Formats: sequence, structure tokens, C-alpha cells
Amino acid sequence: MKHSADVLIVGAGIVGAACASELAKAGLRVTILEERFISAGATGAAMGHIVVMDDSEAQFSLTHYSETLWEELHEELPAKIEFDRCGTIWVAVDDEEMAEVGRKCDFYRARGVHAEILDPQSLHDAEPHLRAPLAGGLLVPGDSVIYPPAAASFLLEKAIELGASLDTGKAVISLEKGIARLADGTTLSAGRLINAAGQFSGKLTPGIRVKPRKGHLVITDRYPGTVRHQLVELGYLKSAHSSTDDSVAFNVQPRPTGQLLIGSSRQYDIEHDEVEPAILSRMLERTFEYLPALASYSGIRVWTGFRPATPDKLPLIGPWPEDPTLYIATGHEGLGITTSLATGKLICSHILAEAPAISAEPYLPSRQRVAEAHV
Amino acid sequence: MDSVVRRSFDVAVIGAGPAGIAAAVRASESGARAALIDDNPAPGGQIWRRGASRWHHPQAGHWLDRLRESSVTVMAGARVFHAHNGALEAESDHSLLGVLYNKLILATGARELFLPFPGWTLPNVLGAGGLQALVKSGLPVNGKRVVIAGTGPLLLAVAAYLSEHDAEVLCICEQAPFSQLRAFALTLAAFPEKLVEAAQLRFRSRRAPYLTSTWPVAAFGPDRLRSVQVSDHGCVREIECDYLACGYHLVPNLELARALGCRVTEGSVEVTELQETSEPGVYCAGEPTGIGGLDLSIVEGQIAGYAAAGALHSARRLLSTGARSRKVVRAMKKAFALRPELATLAKPDTLLCRCEDVSFGDARKHSSWRAAKLHSRCGMGPCQGRVCGSAAEFLFGWTMDSSRPPIFPVRCSSLRAISSPANPAQRHGGSP
Amino acid sequence: MSEILTVRVNGALVDVPAGSTVAVAVMLSIGACRRSVTGQPRAPLCGMGTCFECRVEINGQTHQRSCQVICEANMEINVYG
Repeated sequence: MKHSADVLIVGAGIVGAACASELAKAGLRVTILEERFISAGATGAAMGHIVVMDDSEAQFSLTHYSETLWEELHEELPAKIEFDRCGTIWVAVDDEEMAEVGRKCDFYRARGVHAEILDPQSLHDAEPHLRAPLAGGLLVPGDSVIYPPAAASFLLEKAIELGASLDTGKAVISLEKGIARLADGTTLSAGRLINAAGQFSGKLTPGIRVKPRKGHLVITDRYPGTVRHQLVELGYLKSAHSSTDDSVAFNVQPRPTGQLLIGSSRQYDIEHDEVEPAILSRMLERTFEYLPALASYSGIRVWTGFRPATPDKLPLIGPWPEDPTLYIATGHEGLGITTSLATGKLICSHILAEAPAISAEPYLPSRQRVAEAHV
Repeated sequence: MDSVVRRSFDVAVIGAGPAGIAAAVRASESGARAALIDDNPAPGGQIWRRGASRWHHPQAGHWLDRLRESSVTVMAGARVFHAHNGALEAESDHSLLGVLYNKLILATGARELFLPFPGWTLPNVLGAGGLQALVKSGLPVNGKRVVIAGTGPLLLAVAAYLSEHDAEVLCICEQAPFSQLRAFALTLAAFPEKLVEAAQLRFRSRRAPYLTSTWPVAAFGPDRLRSVQVSDHGCVREIECDYLACGYHLVPNLELARALGCRVTEGSVEVTELQETSEPGVYCAGEPTGIGGLDLSIVEGQIAGYAAAGALHSARRLLSTGARSRKVVRAMKKAFALRPELATLAKPDTLLCRCEDVSFGDARKHSSWRAAKLHSRCGMGPCQGRVCGSAAEFLFGWTMDSSRPPIFPVRCSSLRAISSPANPAQRHGGSP
Repeated sequence: MSEILTVRVNGALVDVPAGSTVAVAVMLSIGACRRSVTGQPRAPLCGMGTCFECRVEINGQTHQRSCQVICEANMEINVYG
């Protein structure tokens, strides 16, 4: 049977786009199927922070590798992507958090990532609008911010230039054994299938353990020059790692327009995308604790999004054990923008049976099957 | 941390235009504790805006007197940005107001429809109602040359008003063809008072030619408006002027209704004959239920006010008056339908989104309002799509479907204070 | 006979009739309220608080919709560009 394509990718978010771009570069015929429109899911709601993380070796490895890929790509990125290497400052409020800053700094430096400890004065000089006094912070100058929908579009355009095709408005109801069955009744076949459906990936591949994790964001009107770096509290990881509770963490990004993007909140088990005043309130309250001036800034929009989250906080990147045609590229939680490029490379390595640049083992989807078998 | 003191009312009315004033007055007269909340410095909305000038509408004085004499609590300068399940929040210049209500009446009125054409972003190109609002707010136009354009009965009203303020109205450019307007005038024969009103308005602006099948195609600057090019039955000519007052009739302000979950069909909030929306306890009166003008707004406002206060007998007595006025709604829609040429005036580099400077060409690449917002940034600015989105609905057939709080930009501290069922507000001020 | 009051627009004294909005004071003096994101001069369009073209700084508060603010004596109005 002649296949419609070499690879069918479900999901035109940034992960699907990165996979498409890499596979098309490798000379494969790629078709991307998208139910709504480019970056209609988490990519369209996301903060666009490209950040190297230290919560585990595997997380560091993936984010660092991917950040390097963004660096290599950045000169090619069109202006609409608004790439800005503004750096991240992890903000410490007390001695305990400063100890964490020290540990973090050592971790990054030992692995070749430039990091600089800021004392209270240096922190204030770097970010005058932060409440004073704070205990200090960690500056990671190599981190960046982008506008994710434009990045996803760009990667898809690159793939299309190399022969890929994108079909929007196509809902896929089953994806297995080389066949994608669409809601309109048609079927497509391919040598390889990729589930990059983000928050919907669990519906498409039963057995994937990915839960949507709701987040709220606020964007302000233009206040150029008020915040210069992406600012994140050290408690962020506590919030990101909680498996059950609703949580908020201070996380503010300066957009090149001068607008401030305010996050972050996390909730499990909420299906509706409505703005929820209680958690929005908590998130803003947390924000004002660090940046009191923001209380009087004009907030022009509030929205929500759903991060695809896995139980062990690492994404699923690689072959699905029971189906030799199926690959999974999902579960990136709050790091999808950062790790999209690395995901594309790893998926490509898997499909072409080439050695990946970093170990692919920690992200193998099969680990979820193993965990189940042991229950 | 701020705590918001919330005042309780039986009926909260949002919007102090004719419909809202009528609703609040009747609710209060029927024994309900009523609040009337509006973002302008004083009640009156657009059509009864006072400012530095005198009244033209005799009814305005009458209703505003009744409002003053009533026990309605008027909250002026307060912009409602969130409402949900018995609680709403409104922001004023320096504080946050919280209101608890049993019944809610949306009388949020309408705004003008603006369509893009080359040069439309120049200073001194305004809406027709827009220029009138500014003159009412103190802008002198004596001796200024004004071209009035667009569509709808508002153009005649604005022409009359500006003429009386000694502006030189050079012409009134109505895009509708003469045949459509004549048909409308014949329909109005059943409403003689409307014909008289129209004739009076025309008399007051009689020196300005009233041109049909005419619309602006370009405005020239460079720093502010100097001249306008109009297409008159296909012939293009240039007119030097100081102001272009151009608006393509009205679009209802549906944001709050949508955010509350009220069903909206074909651009109007669905209501029963007692002005009830699909959301229990939420009523809607005036332009958001269908653009129908002043008289209908006053009738619907009264019906909603009576109904929300439980005075159903009084509400029902007004039903036939409403029915009669609704015929005018249908006739107006037909008469002032927008011709397709108006969708072709913008060039690819003409701006569509003025807040973010997004071009018509960039926006049009997308297949939906949501995709256009995300990828071109059209509608991502503070107007939240009120200008560009409404234009896009006509230009591309999109729908601005969703509406989330805040329905106006507000201070982040105000956002923090919005209420939810899980976050019950403290009640103060008496009634349950 | 309406009284006149005086406000400051970009530091310059401007007289307006009492009851006038800040938008009017700006239109009578500078002629434009703001510069758009690509630098175009902009002035009020809708006159009713929905278009956001009339935003200016009033007494130190930015992003104020001047068409909905009544002038008060000695108001400090700042217009950018």
C-alpha cells in the first residue's frame, strides 16, 4: 500500500512543528494534521521562556541541549518571533533560598552554564522594581524569551519549504499501526506516526499518562523598561512539582513590546478553560509581593492554557512500546517551548535509528509502561 | 491586602444610557433597591450625553429628573469589568467597587462600527457619534469644515447637531443607495412621529447636501486630516476638510453578556418579551438585543426594570409599545445594510488593528478571529478587538466568539479582587 | 456663561471651558494624544472610551482614556510624541 506520507504528525503546536522541521530536513515526506489551527493549544497560551533547568540531570540535559539549539537557530529567526536573550533571574527572599541559589549556581557552572550570584544591591540594580530588601538572586544570562505561536509557524514554514504539508481543521480520532483515522471518515497511512497532540495526547493514545495542568496568565499594557529579565521565584519548582495541589509561583516576563506577561499557576483536574478568580487572585497577590508596582499597571487580558503533564515531570519522547509505527512527543509540562527543538532532534534520531546528541533514555515513553507493569 | 466592600442591591443596572436609566427608575419605583453603574462621568450614555451643551431631546431632561428624584444609587465613572453569579466588580479612577445583586440588567448600549480605509488613522478622522461626543465634551467646531459619512440615522442627527454648533457641514455621505432609503422612508409612514423627527433633523442640516451611494475611500494628511476622497456613485472626488466624522451604524456591546454566558444569536442577545436572557436573573435591554434606537431602548429598559423588580403587571402593559418599535429595528437593518464595496477599501498595508498596528493584509491571512489574534496580534491590544474585531466580522465574516474577564483593561490590583462562587464575597449594606 | 479653567498639556497652559474632557484639551493644543506602536500620531476616534486612541498621562497616571475624564484646574496632562 502506498503511504500518504513517510511520517504523519498529529498536532501543529511547537513540538509537532519542531518534529516536522527536523524530519523534513532529513528528507522524509511529512504531513502534519491539526484539529484547529497552528498553536491553538498550549503553544498559543504559553509564556515562551527558554530556560535551562536544574531539577534533575535529565531535565538539565534536555533543556540545555535545546537551549543550545535555539542559540544556533536564533539568527535565522524572523522578527515576529521576538527572540530576546534577556536572561533569567531566580529571585531569593531569604537565607534558605540564597543557599539554594548557591547550590544552583554550582550546578550550572559545573555543567558549563554561565550563572552569576547577585547580592541584594546587584539584584536591585538589575531590577529596580523588585521589592527591597530581598536576599538576592541568581542571574542566568543565557536564557531567552520568544513569542511561541510565531516560532511554531516559522518551524512549520521551514518544513513546508522542504516538502511537508499541513492540514488544519483535521481532527484525528485514532492513530495506530500506521493509520490515522480522521473524524471526517478519511484515513491516511504512513510508515511512522507521531502523537504530538499535547493536552489531547492521552485521548489519542490510550495508555499515555499525560494530564492537562491548567495555568493562568495576565498581560499588561506597555510599560517599557520596567522589567529587564524573566523573573522567577525559587519556590517555582515547588509549584511545578506538586502532584496534587493548586499552586502559584511568581513568574514575570518582559515582552519586547514593553508589556509584562504575568504567571504562573497550576491546577489539576479542571476541564473548563474559564478564568478562575480565586487562583488568579492568588497568582496576582504573589506577583505583587515581588513587584509591588504591578498592582497599578493596566492588565489588558487574562487567559488560560493547559500544560500536558506527566507524573515524573519529564516529557515522553520516543517509540511507543506496543506499536512499531507510533512515536510519542508530548508531556512537556511548562517546558515545551524550551525543549521543542531537542524533541524534534530526538524524534528524528529515533526514526532514523541514529545516535542522539544526548541520551534519549530518560524520556522514553516505555518507562510509563514499565511503571504500570510493576503496579 | 485590600478588601473590597461590596454593597447589596436587589437590581443592578449596567449602563446609564436611556435603557439603563429607564430600567433603574422603574425598578426603584417598584420598590427594588437599585444601582445604576456607568463608566462615563455622568448618566446619559451616548445619545443623552450632556457635557458643556444643552439638551436636544426633551425626554432626556424628563428621565434624568426622574433619576435624580428616585432612590437609585448612581455609580458614575465606574467601569464594570467582571460579573458572575450575583457579584460584579467595577473600577473607577482611584478605587474598586463591588456590587452584589439579585437581578442584573445589562443596558450596555452600542458603539459605532469603523471600517478601515487608507488614511483612517489620521488625527481628526473620527466616528460620526465620536465627533458629536467630543463636541458635547467641549470641542469647538464653529467654522470647521466637516464631512459626515458612513451609514444610518445617526448621520442626520450628527449633521443637525454640528450645524447648530456652527460647523460647516460640507456634505453627508450615506453609503446606502437612494432606493433603499426611500423604501425605509415609506416604512416609516407607519410611524409618522419618526418621519417628522427625520424631517426636522434634515431641516437643521439643510445646507449640507445629503449624498447617497457615497462613501469615503481615502483620507489624506500627512500629520492630520486635510482632505477626503469620496466615491459618489462611482465617481471619485476630493474634498478639503478639517474633520471626517465617519461611522457605519452601530454594533452592540455584547462583551459582558457573552462573559455571563447569555445566548447571542446573529449579533444580538436573545431575550424573552420580558427582556430575560438565557441566564437566570440576567436581563438585557436596549441596543444589545437589536439595534433599534431610542424609543425602543426606553421601552425595553422599563420592561426590564419592572420585570426585575417583580412588577410583571406593569412590565406587560408595555409589551405592545415594544412590539411596534421593533418593526423599526427590522426596517433599519434592511435600509442601512453595508454594501460589499466597503470591504474592498483597505489596501494590504492599511492598518486594521490600531492598538497594535497590524495591517489588513497580515490579518486577512488567517481563517478565524482566534488564529488572527494569536498570529498577527490583531485584537491583542487594549481595545480588545472592539475596533478591529468588529471590522473583521464584516470584512472576513469572522465572529469574536469568546469573552473573558476583564472585559475592559483594569489595574492588576482590581483583577486580583474579582469574585467567584468559591470565593464568596462579604455582604454589607443590609439586604440579603 | 461657562467658566474657563486652565490645565497643563506637556507643560504648556491650555484654557478650556469648564466641563470639557481632557481629550478636548489635548486636541486643542497638541492635536494628537499618542504615538502608535509604529510611531503614527493618533487622536480620539470613538469619543466614548472603547477605541483607546485617546490615552494620555493625567497627574502621573498613564494609560488614562482622556475622552472620559473631565478637566480639573491645574491638571498635569502628558502626551507622548
